[in-house]
Amino acid sequence: MEHGSGGQATGELIGEIFAPAFKSEVLGQMEDSAVVPGSGRIAVTTDSFVVTPLVFRGGDIGRLCVCGTVNDLLMRGAVPRYLTCGFILEEGLEIDLLRTIVRSLAETAAEAGVQIIAGDTKVVEGNGGLIINTTGVGSVPEELDISAGNAREGDAVLVSGTMGDHHAAILGERLQIESDIASDCAPLGEIVKGLLDGGIEVRTLRDVTRGGLGTVLKELAEASGKCFIIEEEAVPVSAKVRDFCGLLGLDPLYMGNEGKLVAVVPQEQAAKALEIMKKARYGSGAAVIGKVAGVGEGTEAGELLMRTQIGGVRRLTVLQGEGLPRIC
Amino acid sequence: MNLEEIKKYLKEYSGPELRIMEVCGSHTGAIAKNGIPGLLSDRIRLISGPGCPVCVTPSSYIDRLIGLCLTPGTCVVTFGDLMRVPGSRMSLQQASGMGGRVKMVYSPMDVFPMAQKEPEITFVFAAVGFETTAPVYALMVEQILEDHIENIKLLTALRTMPGIIDRLCGGGADIQGFLAPGHVAVVTGSRAFEPLAAKYSLPFGVAGFTGEQILTALCGIVKACERAQSGGDGGLVMNFYPSVVTREGNTEAQELVERYFGVSDAVWRGMGMVPSSGRLLREEFAALDAGSRDLTEDHKINEACCCDKVLMGKMKPTQCPLFQKICSPLRPQGACMVSTEGNCYTYYVNHRE
Amino acid sequence: MCVAMPGKVLSVGSRTALVDFNGNRVQARTGLVKIEPGDNVLVHAGCILQKVSDKEMEEMNAVMREMDELL
Repeated sequence: MEHGSGGQATGELIGEIFAPAFKSEVLGQMEDSAVVPGSGRIAVTTDSFVVTPLVFRGGDIGRLCVCGTVNDLLMRGAVPRYLTCGFILEEGLEIDLLRTIVRSLAETAAEAGVQIIAGDTKVVEGNGGLIINTTGVGSVPEELDISAGNAREGDAVLVSGTMGDHHAAILGERLQIESDIASDCAPLGEIVKGLLDGGIEVRTLRDVTRGGLGTVLKELAEASGKCFIIEEEAVPVSAKVRDFCGLLGLDPLYMGNEGKLVAVVPQEQAAKALEIMKKARYGSGAAVIGKVAGVGEGTEAGELLMRTQIGGVRRLTVLQGEGLPRIC
Repeated sequence: MNLEEIKKYLKEYSGPELRIMEVCGSHTGAIAKNGIPGLLSDRIRLISGPGCPVCVTPSSYIDRLIGLCLTPGTCVVTFGDLMRVPGSRMSLQQASGMGGRVKMVYSPMDVFPMAQKEPEITFVFAAVGFETTAPVYALMVEQILEDHIENIKLLTALRTMPGIIDRLCGGGADIQGFLAPGHVAVVTGSRAFEPLAAKYSLPFGVAGFTGEQILTALCGIVKACERAQSGGDGGLVMNFYPSVVTREGNTEAQELVERYFGVSDAVWRGMGMVPSSGRLLREEFAALDAGSRDLTEDHKINEACCCDKVLMGKMKPTQCPLFQKICSPLRPQGACMVSTEGNCYTYYVNHRE
Repeated sequence: MCVAMPGKVLSVGSRTALVDFNGNRVQARTGLVKIEPGDNVLVHAGCILQKVSDKEMEEMNAVMREMDELL
């Protein structure tokens, strides 16, 4: 594709596909860099998206890249404002597919309330694939301190919905298991805004992506130096995902999402936080799943414990390896 | 007895120390996932045995698969279990990264549409497993023959339970009871364990895979042990998975396996040759075999690896000098750490002691 | 070692049957046991190994009674 060489063809690609989708005044100026108003603390994050297939049940790489980046900003309590998008197009990528993905990206950006203010396109040899890199910028209110290490003894641990959906959806597309499990790819702005506006003293937020809930909670336990204890029965997993995992010998605790978060809040605010999450878009399946314990007998710093359905105790670690399906 | 009574019984057991072995990787995993060891009395020790077919496959098998996948015109098809197992130099996953053709599937049947789509490629299925999976391979062989398919072959590493349990008990392993593999028993029937129970006067509890089913079976095994302690006969087979396990098992499946695969001696990784502990494609079906007969060599990746002792229940994973210090799921030194049902892997990710 | 799951047979073909696991569908290989639509079956590696008895409760109770009599 000569579309990557910077000349006429590149201009056409931008004009025909990207510009109409990313309607932003800033982008419309077609300058070399974007200059935008801003003051105070900013949150910055970057991510690259290499998912295959490019389109899957519940979303596509376009929606995914916005959600992934926007959610990373939200997890620090930032209000997401701007996004950049770098596209690496492989030769053979169909124009119509690109158009669909770009449109989806734009729609998701609008839903999340972010503007796309800078972009880049390159073309490489390949097989019709697509990689997108995004950088997100958000503004953080001065007084806000939401971070991984803030959990305190007695705090409640909540999740915003069912676990494992995204990973199950992608894996299902690749193996011969027909299922209508859809990716839960979604921007979590409404949940986060709801919690902050509702006066919840949020200690920590974390989106449950690769590695799954087990990995995320273990990282939070280690970052805070506390012991996290969760109840197996309280962790929401849909029957569909549970059985999908059962077929492949996978553990929903270690299957990632793209539209769910963990929130650590003071115990006395747990009920209110739950109500707020349940009323928000994408939070209807929210649940309280456990608590933060102090370090003491049977509870070590940085430990993640789970009380199993039969009353046993399981010590969890981060995901080791790739979580490949198994049969034996 | 309900679940609470079973838990109480197991927690309060105060007789002589009992070592109960599970010989199924799925049981090893389920025991850890449910936090079962913590629910038992200190006097009941659960020992993980050679229940992971991936862990007990000799390194030469992996080496052969790697050779095949790097051969032009050949594609290796496998379950996810095998992808990361190290051979003498590398794993299938690494070979795939080097350009070897490897395809991961959920079911062996998935190889048929692949073979049809690319008739010029030879597809070799990595046929590992215990008695549970053997009938699936038998159906595969039957279909290959019925449909006259010329580009599918099998590289087998089929193992059977009674032979290895006999070696364990005969070799003086300190075990007082067995948690018998539920899904193996679906095929073989619970009667497959009767000769062993009688020969060694040991109780076998055939168990399902939920926490509750495993606790129930353990309760039965401990009760049988207590009976043996007071002079009764401890050698019996109890079926705690009656929804799918019968005494006879699935006779049609057994016959189908028998038609295509004969009993053979087999090499178990780290344990050497165990008589009548495996199955190989019968001679008349040799054309379908990708060279399974001579895969007996076995090399340790690390000389200090203790997988063989761990698999026999003679050593706990935590007692291996490499455990955690050098050997981990990301840098496995032996098969027990690679497979997600391997004893060492399970102990590692669940911080089991 | 043997990851197997119970599911419900939706339809039966010549060599396979469509089995449903709470919304996940597998064309599972038949040939090891006779089955009909509506049966609950145990599936391993895409293959139907056995029918799941609908009398599990009774059977388990019988097993438990035998176990109680052991001591």
